[in-house]
Amino acid sequence: MAFQLPDLNYDYNALEPYIDGQTMEIHYTKHHGGYTSKLNDAIKDSELETKTIEDLLKDVSKYSVGVRNNGGGFYNHKLFWDIMSGSGGGQPSGGLLEAIKKDFGSFDKFKEEFNTSAATRFGSGWAWLINQNGKLVVASTPNQDNPLMDVAEVKGTPILGLDVWEHAYYLKYQNRRPEYINAFWNVIDWDQVAKRFV
Amino acid sequence: MAFELPELPYAYDALEPIISKKTLEFHHDKHHAAYVNNLNNLIKGTEFENADIIDIITKSEGGIFNNAAQVWNHTFYFDQFGKDSAKEPKGPLADAINASFGSFDEFKEKFSAAAKTLFGSGWAWLVKKNNGSLDIVQTSNAANPLAEGFIPILTCDVWEHAYYLDYQNKRPDYIVNFWDIINWDIVSGRY
Repeated sequence: MAFQLPDLNYDYNALEPYIDGQTMEIHYTKHHGGYTSKLNDAIKDSELETKTIEDLLKDVSKYSVGVRNNGGGFYNHKLFWDIMSGSGGGQPSGGLLEAIKKDFGSFDKFKEEFNTSAATRFGSGWAWLINQNGKLVVASTPNQDNPLMDVAEVKGTPILGLDVWEHAYYLKYQNRRPEYINAFWNVIDWDQVAKRFV
Repeated sequence: MAFELPELPYAYDALEPIISKKTLEFHHDKHHAAYVNNLNNLIKGTEFENADIIDIITKSEGGIFNNAAQVWNHTFYFDQFGKDSAKEPKGPLADAINASFGSFDEFKEKFSAAAKTLFGSGWAWLVKKNNGSLDIVQTSNAANPLAEGFIPILTCDVWEHAYYLDYQNKRPDYIVNFWDIINWDIVSGRY
């Protein structure tokens, strides 16, 4: 069955002023929509059509570059939309906060490490908070790669992701990627991130 | 001696409406300038402190390479534009394009496809090989064909910052319009 562009659970302007409505609309309808339709093109009429996105990513080195790029783009953007909300921000609580403190020292130290990872990814890519069987690590990937892929340098389950392709922030922040990264912390939906930390 | 940001060789609005003044202001004054500034900071106290830019590009890696190559790439990119010039290549470059690609139109088609399909940030290039023939290559992020022993003749910047304010996700429209601002006098002179 073909993949469908997943619903966005809030309005395009819900994340303003941190992420503007125009960026959200183009990012979701054009970029995410484009990855979805190109992923479907890449798997059309093959046995890959029956696989889940997670199964495709896990063995992505076996498939075409179109599956890697568009399958990554499909998955990454869905995760990105899901872990943001207009009523986000603040800090996680419970087990996720404990795990962050254990693995990074403090929430602020984690934030600093994540920000550095996002700021120093050269070119297009993503910064991630990754669950490795209970241990949390920060890493970044180029282009639309992600930690579920067998080609990733740092593997695991992504529970938080930040898109640092220029299309994610250029209309509002232009060359000022660090400002966009700082703004992101105001829209993180920590309940959604915690749900992924299992 | 520290590297300096070259001035843009035309007014910021000279390429309107194909590339807007706003895009050129950010692209030159912020992006290109940042690469120059980062490079100068990174080479301080290293073997590259007094090196030629080409030397740095062919011998360095990591942050020094990224910034050095992006300094060179952007100078090369900005230098090749201007609206009042020959609309097609001439002289030996025109002959070489015909010899290598069949015709100018076939070359345009292949080059445009390379620019469209480079995934992520990077560049499409027309390069001259040792035997004088031409080829089209794609490079990711900062990478530059000089490091492969090719001589760059023409380039298209397909980092999103090169076109996002004017074209957003429509990279193909930027590439179609790109052909109308190439200064073929300058590009022909590079061959």
